Amino acid sequence: MDNLAEIRWHGRGGQGAKTAALLFGEAAMSLGQYIQAFPEYGPERMGAPVQSFNRISPEPITLHCGVTSPDIVVVLDPTLIATVDVFQGLNEGDSIIINTEKTSAAISEELNIKDKGINVYTVNASGISKEEIGRDIPNTPMLGALVKIYGKLDVEHVLVDMKSKLEKKFRHKPEVIEGNLKAIKRAYGEVKS
Amino acid sequence: MENKKMGWKELPDADSMSAGTSTEFKTGDWRSQRPVFHKENCIHCLRCWVMCPDVSIIVKDGKVMGYDYDHCKGCGICASECPINKKVEFEKDKCAITMADEKEFQK
Amino acid sequence: MVDKNLTVAKTGNEAMAEAMRQINPDVVAAYPITPATEIAQIFAGFVADGLVHTEFVRVESEHSAMSAAVGAAAAGGRCMTATSSQGLMLMSEILPIASALRLPIVMPEVNRTIAGPINIHCDHSDTMFVRDSGWMQVYCEDAQEAYDSVLMGIKIAEKAMLPMMVSTDGFIISHCMARVDLIPDEDVTKYLGQYKPETWLLNPDKKITLGGLDLQDYYFEHKMVAIDAMYKSKAIIKECCEEFAGKFGRNYDFFESYEMDDAETAILAMGSVCGTAKVAVDNLRKDGKKVGLVRMRVFRPFPAEELAKTLSNLKTLAIMDRSDAMSAGEAPLAIETKAALYGRKKQPKTHNYVFGLGGRDIKVEEIEDVYKEMLDFTQPEKNFDRKVTYLGVRE
Repeated sequence: MDNLAEIRWHGRGGQGAKTAALLFGEAAMSLGQYIQAFPEYGPERMGAPVQSFNRISPEPITLHCGVTSPDIVVVLDPTLIATVDVFQGLNEGDSIIINTEKTSAAISEELNIKDKGINVYTVNASGISKEEIGRDIPNTPMLGALVKIYGKLDVEHVLVDMKSKLEKKFRHKPEVIEGNLKAIKRAYGEVKS
Repeated sequence: MENKKMGWKELPDADSMSAGTSTEFKTGDWRSQRPVFHKENCIHCLRCWVMCPDVSIIVKDGKVMGYDYDHCKGCGICASECPINKKVEFEKDKCAITMADEKEFQK
Repeated sequence: MVDKNLTVAKTGNEAMAEAMRQINPDVVAAYPITPATEIAQIFAGFVADGLVHTEFVRVESEHSAMSAAVGAAAAGGRCMTATSSQGLMLMSEILPIASALRLPIVMPEVNRTIAGPINIHCDHSDTMFVRDSGWMQVYCEDAQEAYDSVLMGIKIAEKAMLPMMVSTDGFIISHCMARVDLIPDEDVTKYLGQYKPETWLLNPDKKITLGGLDLQDYYFEHKMVAIDAMYKSKAIIKECCEEFAGKFGRNYDFFESYEMDDAETAILAMGSVCGTAKVAVDNLRKDGKKVGLVRMRVFRPFPAEELAKTLSNLKTLAIMDRSDAMSAGEAPLAIETKAALYGRKKQPKTHNYVFGLGGRDIKVEEIEDVYKEMLDFTQPEKNFDRKVTYLGVRE
């Protein structure tokens, strides 16, 4: 289980936190990994804080409990930081990726977590999404940023896998497919510590 | 008359049995009254055939022939449902079906 | 790289629906209920897309769903439905009729607790509620096993002439996407073959009556036939598991023994918690602790002798139940396991834990603590001050 990575996604109902976890899981699986992807099921309301989870491992995963000490946390909406403890369970050496225009230094300063040894990464996923997809749907660019930080998946392969998935879903909207792929690629390149 | 009851190992799977076994179960001896057919008054409307709960009205080529006394329980529904009987207000000689005491036939 | 057509990412529900598509049953009658809704919903999509030839009956309740399933199966069809929790309870009146009529209905079931208080999450109270209904019961650890068990279930049910419910843990498995290796469609078709019942209602050449009134003189004998069938189904399950392993390479049995060869203490449990417990076993084994795990799969027919044999060499055994028997002394799995062990010369000291009611999460550390308590319990003077420990409940 040493090679097991646990990921927690924070978002708001409707932002695609569940979809992002499923897409990331499927992409990892197409590269031969064993995966789990599951949301936290509570009241399902648009805008309410929600979480979803991934487990990724080269070996079969038998764990079926909740994810309580993730290795990577992905925050789709920076306004959640004020209401939800997005750092819960993060230890020294773990990482958090936040969708924000701010730099990671500014965030660390703001939240006073400099001495905790957590790697803070930021990427303006909403900005990328607006530019490339035309709407603020930060989940696919954040997926690109996660691929970068997770570091064990080949981004080109992820893009190929994503393309085939998006083609099934948006058969009649080729511009959406193109936009999403560009957004993933850009966030992969632009995520910074 | 006592039949030997089967043990569970002799029974078929599921509580299934062959269909149509009720023909072997003669319910005619439950009868205290029996219907008597008066062919001359019958118009063969077959209402009795429709209403009989024991399928005991014998019909051939659309005509009532008589009753299956092996299975008729003597409920009298045929006689009370017969439109002729109603029309003649159950005046005995004009009825198509009359109910008679079973004892008279047992002598 | 993996074969994208056969190695897929599926939730437990999607995996069971996929198995149903490959089975292509004659009739499916189902009514939606969380967390099993998706199974029938996805399957209805297959019907709409013309991928199966199934007659899909949209019923108005689970009582009707099971009644329709009984009718269709009695008529001679291969028939399925799916449900959970309150739905299973509404079906409960018809369940023993399906088994008494010896109808091989296979039902994916998603374990969800029963109200009240109302809750949609996992425990095993729902299937335990109907454990004596004459249905075979298989509890799966993950989506892969659920998929395999539904396919195998058809074969077992038709040979045993008994209905079977195959259950996964609600949300934990039913809604968790994981890697599932599928069997090609044509192999499934070949493996299952055509359903050929010995007797069926719509056979004009051999007319039968089903479900006649059965009073003091014959009810007991007819019931005995069904009871006997349940005992005999054990051999059929064994044979079908071996056949499945030979054909498709995945091994199943009445229960799974994990690190049991030299184990001195073990946990006996069912469902997804066992996967988590395997990690606890691995962790403790690294510290040299002789611990193991027995994961029950087949709860009905209850494999009493086999289980007792496996458990009898242990020093201590924790039996972990995800349901309670309301003052029966211990919970269902513990009661039946201890009945199986009773009277044997060698048997472990046991203790019963009830955990995870209403979906309460259970972590690796909590399971490790159970093992530690059990290792401590091997000392003869150690004892618990109560028969059941309710794990993770706040006091």
